[in-house]
Amino acid sequence: MAQISIRNVRKSYAKQEVVHGVDLEVATGEFIVILGPSGCGKSTLLRMIAGLESVTSGDITIDNRVVNDLEPHQRGCAMVFQNYALYPHMTVAENIGYALKVAGLPKVDRLARVQAVATSVGLTEFLERRPGQLSGGQRQRVAMARAIIREPKVFLFDEPLSNLDAKLRVQMRHEIRRIHNHIHATSVFVTHDQQEGMTLADRLVVMNKGVIEQVGTPEEIYHRPASVYVGGFIGSPAMNFLSGQISAQDSAVVLANGAKIPLPVPLAAAHDGQFTQIGLRPEELALVPAGKGAFDAAFEFAEELGAARLYHFQFEDLMLTVLSADKPAVEKGKPMGIRIGAGAVHLFAADTGKRLSAKVGSRERELV
Amino acid sequence: MIERTPILNIVTHLILASGLILLLLPMYLTIVAASHTLNDVIAVPPNLLPGDQLWVNLTEAWTKGHLGDRFLNTFIVAFGVMTGKIVMSCITAFGLVFFDHRLKMPIFWLIFITLMLPLEVRIVPTYAVAANALLPFQTLLDLSGITWLISAVSGIEVKMEWNLLNSYAGLIMPLVATATGTFLYRQFFLTIPEELVEAAKMDGAGPLRFLWDVLIPLSRTNIAALATIMFVYAWNQYLWPLLVVTDQSYAMVAVELGRLVPKLSATGGEVPKWHIAMAGTLIVMLPPILVVIFMQRWFVRGLINTDK
Repeated sequence: MAQISIRNVRKSYAKQEVVHGVDLEVATGEFIVILGPSGCGKSTLLRMIAGLESVTSGDITIDNRVVNDLEPHQRGCAMVFQNYALYPHMTVAENIGYALKVAGLPKVDRLARVQAVATSVGLTEFLERRPGQLSGGQRQRVAMARAIIREPKVFLFDEPLSNLDAKLRVQMRHEIRRIHNHIHATSVFVTHDQQEGMTLADRLVVMNKGVIEQVGTPEEIYHRPASVYVGGFIGSPAMNFLSGQISAQDSAVVLANGAKIPLPVPLAAAHDGQFTQIGLRPEELALVPAGKGAFDAAFEFAEELGAARLYHFQFEDLMLTVLSADKPAVEKGKPMGIRIGAGAVHLFAADTGKRLSAKVGSRERELV
Repeated sequence: MIERTPILNIVTHLILASGLILLLLPMYLTIVAASHTLNDVIAVPPNLLPGDQLWVNLTEAWTKGHLGDRFLNTFIVAFGVMTGKIVMSCITAFGLVFFDHRLKMPIFWLIFITLMLPLEVRIVPTYAVAANALLPFQTLLDLSGITWLISAVSGIEVKMEWNLLNSYAGLIMPLVATATGTFLYRQFFLTIPEELVEAAKMDGAGPLRFLWDVLIPLSRTNIAALATIMFVYAWNQYLWPLLVVTDQSYAMVAVELGRLVPKLSATGGEVPKWHIAMAGTLIVMLPPILVVIFMQRWFVRGLINTDK
């Protein structure tokens, strides 16, 4: 149980800075997921918390103790690696108990604790096997057990599920969450898989190019993405983006071809004349006969998803996707009307990519 | 290229068989020569079938060549070279692979260069060092003027000497100091995934603990391969022991074998005792052959590095 503070942390390799001043507060017992594409600095950040990378500037504190100069094992962190990193020549029991052996715990106590931890992750029958004789999921469990046995204050996960097949990944995801609820350690989980992030996190941290784009609950991040980047990264199928100009007179965004997408009056008034990117989630759009929607678009092709169908449209020079559970039949090349659900419009400034919201008094309030 | 035609099969087997004969024929002739009396050995045409004198010749070679003492010496040196080499190359490679420091590459290249300077090439300077192992330090002190300074200040003449001639240390140390083993280990250590090192760090294992608990168990096959190579290499040493040992109580078997074949000039025209020399050869060959046979499985695995 520990609280982690990351204050203006930077990391440079030689002259190149890869993490540009990150601030993050992680509360005790919280499950934080750091989400981002490869190369965004998320793993580097995690490894700095673990002590496997040095911090170039800024402070990392665990329970109000600056840990910048502490050795990894002194920080009270345990880590689960992407490739499991099990010792190939040791049995499962030896792998799990190695940290305790290094710490000098007597053999009897060690075996008892290995037994207890192995029971909690369902590994009791495999204790005498070697990692080479285990399946991917079992190896993952050994890696988890090895972390759990140290009773860490902080649990660090570096893309631990990316080597598993889809079904096992879901199963291990549940297990990780169950273990987290059970041992109450603060957890930091790094992944590039948004579904993993959304389902596991108490709070999500979306990173891009070495900076944090947004921190919030999965719901907040999905419903109010703070930037074009977050909007496009979170959500599957991905958000549609259209460009246009805000007009207070029409209380709408005017697209290049003259089509208008209505906006709430205060929002339009606050940003009159501004060029903007509109984000529209495929699941918040609906198909209606031509002329009945906000605008018309030419149908290209559809993808069957089982419970719903994904329709691809040509609109201006962009592809637009609509997710529909009703699955209406549409002919290729035929224009269809697209209706925009209430509250489905996400507005971002065209130049900065930041979310636009209406200012009411001195407080910024979300009206969209 | 895998092709299976009867003709190709016959040809390949012929090539293999001729290679085998080429290898075994000298061995066979050694056994034949070792099992006859001197007159039969030098008879023309030569005898190609083994005789009945093998045991007599073996015993004579054993006593005449003092092979009991020589075996003990050679075992001590071979084991010394073997363990020294394994320990040193393991530690050197460990330092080169798992630590980041500025001298890493220069040190690596210094070690690399020694590959081009085998003992035979640098035998004179090596002998000079063996005659006084502290000579390099003495030279440094002399050149830097520290010797002069000390004698000027205190009147004491600095003169360091550590003679390694006629000692096991003198036999062993120059044979240990070569780069091959370091390379074998370095290549192996480079295959260890970075995450394994980090996992050990998270588990609280320091560098030496990691070396002992993880690297050494993982490199068992490497150790076996290196041990085999080094044992045979040290056992067969001739030139260096010949040079560094004048006291016969430190003599090694290969040198002794040379003495079993006396020069014509030294014997006063007497015919060299080939049958005894061959019997001695048989005895001396035995330990390396046994080591290779017993270690073969490990040896091959260590060199192809598949046991992971």
